[in-house]
Amino acid sequence: MSQANGRWNQQAQGRAQRLGRAAAVLGARLHGKRVLAEDATKLLEAVLEPGDRVCLEGNNQKQADFLARALTQLNPAQVHDLHMVQSVLALPEHLDVFESGIASKLDFSFSGPQSARLAKLVSGGQIQIGAIHTYLELFSRYFVDLTPRVSLVCAQASDAHGNLFTGPNTEDTPAIVEATAFKSGIVIAQVNELVDTVARVDIPGDWVDFVILAPKPNVIEPLFTRDPAQISEIQVLMAMMAIKGIYAEYGVQRLNHGIGFDTAAIELLLPTYAESLGLKGKICSHWALNPHPALIPAIEAGWVESVHSFGSELGMENYIRARPDVFFTGADGSLRSNRALCQAAGHYACDMFIGSTLQIDLNGHSSTATLGRIAGFGGAPNMGADARGRRHATPAWLKAGAQARQGRTGVSAMPRGQKLVVQIVETFREHMQPAFVEKLDAWQLAEQAHMDIPPVMIYGDDVTHILTEEGIANLLLCRTDEEREQAIRGVAGYTPVGLARDRHMVENLRDRGIIQRAEDIAIDKRDATRSLLAARNMRDLVRASGGLYDPPKRFRNW
Amino acid sequence: MPVLVGVVGSGNLEVMLEPHGGSTCTIDITTSARGFGPIWEAVVHDFQARHRLAGIAVSINDMGATPAVVSLRLDQAAAALPLGSKSISGAPT
Repeated sequence: MSQANGRWNQQAQGRAQRLGRAAAVLGARLHGKRVLAEDATKLLEAVLEPGDRVCLEGNNQKQADFLARALTQLNPAQVHDLHMVQSVLALPEHLDVFESGIASKLDFSFSGPQSARLAKLVSGGQIQIGAIHTYLELFSRYFVDLTPRVSLVCAQASDAHGNLFTGPNTEDTPAIVEATAFKSGIVIAQVNELVDTVARVDIPGDWVDFVILAPKPNVIEPLFTRDPAQISEIQVLMAMMAIKGIYAEYGVQRLNHGIGFDTAAIELLLPTYAESLGLKGKICSHWALNPHPALIPAIEAGWVESVHSFGSELGMENYIRARPDVFFTGADGSLRSNRALCQAAGHYACDMFIGSTLQIDLNGHSSTATLGRIAGFGGAPNMGADARGRRHATPAWLKAGAQARQGRTGVSAMPRGQKLVVQIVETFREHMQPAFVEKLDAWQLAEQAHMDIPPVMIYGDDVTHILTEEGIANLLLCRTDEEREQAIRGVAGYTPVGLARDRHMVENLRDRGIIQRAEDIAIDKRDATRSLLAARNMRDLVRASGGLYDPPKRFRNW
Repeated sequence: MPVLVGVVGSGNLEVMLEPHGGSTCTIDITTSARGFGPIWEAVVHDFQARHRLAGIAVSINDMGATPAVVSLRLDQAAAALPLGSKSISGAPT
């Protein structure tokens, strides 16, 4: 065995120095890996150096909120210009560190709740954005050129060895810790409880350097709960068109849904409308999806074989525990989620993504960017993109590929499948904002924020179908840019983009099945009522779960 | 027999279809939303092109519904009509 030394192990030497500084500062107050909450800032000051790349676990759902606050307490004269690499900016503290100069550079994926403030800080020059990523893309860079020097993560419990139990919301933690621990970095975890034995080991203790019992349980958001009471009849109609015109048409068995009410309506129509079409067993059996409460009626009716999840959902714990044949669970019975692996699953092993968006242009490019906000992407682009590296065939994938390639020659003549990427939108959003535009706001945002490229969520050449209340546009069958534009105008309703359609060409596209109206697929609009929903309110969902689903207080409206 | 669909509620509307003497289709719209004249015109024009109603008076009581909801209600109302009310002689008015 040869030992690396000198100029080949500087990262390990740096790590030893940082650990030495921590031991010196904390002295007898350090018990093994356990650090007291009141010493958190001292610990961070000891292990951090100016310019360090730091991953603060800001997830889609759970937040390392205590460590985020501790980070804001540092003296910027001592620790400054940190390069933050984190998937989600959810808490005010995530941006406070930039205002005070503790951090200056940012690589991230999603900033929903902080998007307006982020835009201000960027235009004020206080944040330099490296890039906006999809989740999987950012996690990948943790292992290439954005490896964290120090990571501040979040778990439910730890034992004396630092073994971490994350509970159902494992989310980003494995990807972050793996990248940090195996590149001589330092991993600090905040936990909600210290225990003798963890319920299961989600992160092995020898990958973890310090554990802090946080004064309060970590913050976690129920992002995927949609109250069925808010689903409109238009959404029911669109869900019927999706099920009959796309799911049944392609035999979609493996899929991911977005988080909006449109897709919640589809989930709630499976045991009713889809069942009446005889589709049970033919569609929607395998999912890459968080445990959406709206999926409970379909699960209970025997539609769902398997669900793998990015994270969990508050209130679904007992239901998941009681349905281990459906969900991925640990020996302790609770959900094991994993954002990186579920993103990969959604990308490579799903035949369809369907989700909503804010703007679609005449080429089918789809964006959620709006002026004055830098919101980022999250995971939609990983789900909503054809997997170019995919090689296994399924009927849905083959049919989509065949439609896209029919009649083509040369390089496109090779048989190959394609992922179904469906954008489901009402032609007007609230306040009569048109969902169809000549030019995406993303162009102007890119200019304002000095981005290299406009932030497009799903590129037009990945979008296979656009579904609105007016109909379905099948872009796989379009052969020219002009056909594509008219197919999009032909479902854009009474928006300026829709009104400017070439009526003759749109009717021609309809004759060829490129545009389909509800009546073209024998949907009677009188059936589009809320009574088709398998659950019409939160109470119905609880009832469907046999009392196992326990919604957060804010959703308990009965 | 008049046909009534929809509800009077924010973001929704009521549509009533009644027989009236004559071969035309009249459409009467009550709405508080201002500035959407061309969209209303396009919505009812398309509606009439789809259904070609004759001898029918359409009354719309709008509470700020989107064009999507308006079209859905109109189609639901037309679908509830007895078959004889539809004729190719109807013209938009």
